[in-house]
Parts: sequence; C-alpha cells; structure tokens
Amino acid sequence: MSIEVDARGLACPQPVIATKKALDELPDGVITTIVDNTIAKENVLKFAVANNCGASVEEKNGQYYIKITKSAASNGSAERSETAPAGQAVYLITKNTLGHGNEELGGVLMKSFLHTLLEIKPLPRALLFINSGVYLTTDNSPVLDHLKSLAGQGVQILSCGTCLDYFSLKNHLAVGEITNMYTILAELNGAATAITL
Amino acid sequence: MGPGALAHVLRQLPRPTNSQLLVGIDTADDAGVYQLDATTALVQTVDFFTPIVDDPYLFGQIAAANSLSDVYAMGGKPLTAMNIVAFPICSMDAEVLLAILQGGQSKVTEAGAVIVGGHTIEDAEPKYGLSVTGVVHPEKIWTNAGAEPGDKLILTKALGTGVLATAARAGMFPEGVAAAEESMVALNKTAAEIAGRFTVHACTDVTGFGLLGHLSEMAVASGVRMEIDSQKLPLLPEALEAATMGLIPAGAYANRDYLTAVTIRPGVATSLGDLCFDPQTSGGLIICLPEIETGPALEALKAAGVSSSVVIGSVVAKGGGEIYVY
Repeated sequence: MSIEVDARGLACPQPVIATKKALDELPDGVITTIVDNTIAKENVLKFAVANNCGASVEEKNGQYYIKITKSAASNGSAERSETAPAGQAVYLITKNTLGHGNEELGGVLMKSFLHTLLEIKPLPRALLFINSGVYLTTDNSPVLDHLKSLAGQGVQILSCGTCLDYFSLKNHLAVGEITNMYTILAELNGAATAITL
Repeated sequence: MGPGALAHVLRQLPRPTNSQLLVGIDTADDAGVYQLDATTALVQTVDFFTPIVDDPYLFGQIAAANSLSDVYAMGGKPLTAMNIVAFPICSMDAEVLLAILQGGQSKVTEAGAVIVGGHTIEDAEPKYGLSVTGVVHPEKIWTNAGAEPGDKLILTKALGTGVLATAARAGMFPEGVAAAEESMVALNKTAAEIAGRFTVHACTDVTGFGLLGHLSEMAVASGVRMEIDSQKLPLLPEALEAATMGLIPAGAYANRDYLTAVTIRPGVATSLGDLCFDPQTSGGLIICLPEIETGPALEALKAAGVSSSVVIGSVVAKGGGEIYVY
C-alpha cells in the first residue's frame, strides 16, 4: 500500500500532522510526503525516525519527496538503518537490578547480564528501560559502558520518559533516546521475541 | 522576525548618538536605557505578537509577562505600560478583546505597574503586546556586556515553549502544553528581585532567538566564550518528546542557521540541540554572576519559588562570542 501526502504550502506543524495521520491509517507500506521547504522536510524526517520508519528524501525542483517506509511486522525497524543488528529480540528491563531476593546481588547480576549480552549474537534489536530500569541509562549507572557499546553496535537503547521524569533523571540520560509508551508497545509488538526482565 | 533578517536591516540605519543614551541597539539588549539624572534612568521596551494559545485571557497574560520581562532583564522596575492591539473587530467578538486586555492588565498589576493607555488598529489577525516603561539606577543596569571569564550562567525557566506551542497546534502533548502555559504566564519579577541581591555581571531574558541566540548576544557583547552543559538544561515536560517528533517551529531553524559561532558536540541528542534553538515566549532570565555567588543565588531563587532555576554553564574565557554545548 502507498499513500501520498501533499503538504506543500502548509505551515508547520501541519506537514507532520498530515504525515502522522497517514501513518496511523496505513498498516504497512510507503508514505510519500511532499513538502516545499527545508524546515518541513527536517521535521517530517524527525517524525519518521521517531516512529522507527525508514525514510529517504529526493529533491525535485525545490520540492522534497520524503519516502517513509512502514512495515507491520517490525514496525519499520528493519529498514531503520544499515547498522541495525540482525536480531529481532527486544528486552523490556523493568528495574535496575536482575532477579528477586537480594538487591546487591541483583546489581551484580544486571552488570554481568549486560556485559554478557554484548557477546551474544545476534544482538537484540532494542533494550527498553522502564521504572527504576532508567537508573541504568542515566549518569551514575554502573553499566553505562556496556550500554554504550551495545548502542554503538546498533542496539536501540530507549528509556521511558515518564519514568525519567518520575525519578528526576530526564536531564541525566547518558545513553540512547527518550521514548514513550506508544513506542515501547510498538517495539514489543513488532519484536520476534520480547523478553521481560 | 529571525535574527539574521533583522540584523541585515538594522545595519543600514544610522547609529543614534546621545550622551544620555546608556543602552542602545549596539549590544542587542532587551530594552533601551536613557539617563534622566544621576540616580534615575528610563528603561523602555515594546513587544507584541500573534496568539500562541487559544484562550484570550491567557494570551493577554502571556503577552504582558513577555513584555514586562525585558524591563526585569535590565535590572529595572516597571512603572507604566501601554497596550498595543491589532484586532478584527468585524469578524471577532469584542468579548475576546476584553479578555485579552483583562489578561494583560492582571499581569501589569501583579508587576506593580499601571496601564496608562494604548492604541488599537483593525487587522485580520489579533495581535497584542505592550510597551513598558520602567526605571533603573544608572549604575545598576544589567546589560549583555558584563559577562566575565569564571562567571556562571543561571537559567530561571525551563525550555520548550516554542516546541510545545507547535505541539498545541497539532493537538498533541497536552500535559507539556499546560506546563508551558503555566511557565509563560509567570513574571520574571521574583527572579529579577532575587538576582538584584547578588553581583549580576550580565542578564537577559530568553525569548524569540532561543536560549543559544540570547546567550550568543551576551557572549558577543561581553567578548567572551561560553560552555553550556546540555544535560543541565531545564526542560518543560514532554518538550523533548515533542522535539523528537518533529514538532519544531520554523523559528528554531532560523535561529540555528544564524548562529554560526555555536558548536554543539556531536554526542548531544538532536532533539536536545533543537530545544537550545527553540524560540521562547516569556522565557526565563539568564543571570550571569561570579561563581562564588552561584550557590547562594540558586538557593534564594528556589526558596522564592523560581524552582526551575539551574546553572547551565559558564563563561570560560575571553573570546569572540563562541558557545560550545556539550
């Protein structure tokens, strides 16, 4: 399926809204949003990236044709970038320690877990951090180096914005991006394997 | 209008010279200052714009808080204000105009100033703002030009009103939009009063040119180089999410393109960088003061309810207005 969104002559944020509407209606396929200025182009591209869609731009006579690819199975992530890892597993990490019983031990285990994860191929597609899990992606995290290595190899590191807010950590995110429940669910739905820790 | 286009026009005007003129257009300051006698100088400013919120009373409040802010940013005390109104009286209910003016008046009253008149024209789209006159002691003017190496920079309001106003037009991020409205109606009165107890080397308010635009004016006017810690920047709720979604106003791009002396470290998230250029309405004060006074100043600001206040960076050396965001 494909939809064309002609957003020429529209002031921001209309091109983004029109693209969003098309994206919401389309289960999978290609949306081509046409805009006539660089600001709208950049904003629509940001929107596409934020929604894990593939995007490319072609310029014709000062008009920008932005091709946004959405795939139902992977929520578009397969075409996200060339550095995307082969694996399709998504981990939902719900706290800053691993397992129940002893907190100190849990901290050691989480460190070991993320270290070992680096050695496992294929790498997961994304790690989603919620609740106290966001302590792992922010300043003072004991596993920042591991997460940065994973991010460097194309694994998406996403932290729940509401959770960062709750723990007053929003300005301390040290690796990856902030995300919302919509993206978290889309990632989990689109994953071949979803693992909750 | 954007800083680039405006600078191009202003360059072509003759520079006013007058011995009584203490602050003119040279240092891109928030208001002009004209000395009356040894202890009194007039602070004058004007600002008006199109509605950025749907509620007319709220719009009036925001426009007034924004106009009054320029007097606070100079270290002055507002005395009088005049309304500037454009309104489509044929096609829009006069009640809307009343609500705008009531909103404006409420903020002028809160500032301890008085509205002495105004001027209204018919126009297709409503516009509102005020011309505000205040006073300041000629030796206690806060300009852009006094920042010194070793100083710290305090920002008193969270960033993101431009992005969230865009989100409001898209009907998205209502929580962030509400927080932005609350931030925009707040006067910079308390922040300025607290700052007045300390050694303010330079001060400005963050408005249309965005955080980096106004910091840049300060850095250039002071002949210094600044460093800003992007992780310290106070952000309105959902501002980062809205920026990530591409809800970025055109003004942010104009600001970014104009600011060639600004470097953003590659590791800084794009959306955070975008917020540094986001045009603010009724933004906070940037207070530049000696490092030793930073702690007590922050404490006093927070104790007085200016709770978003945070040190965002420092003046690192003499320079030509360079800013590095890390």
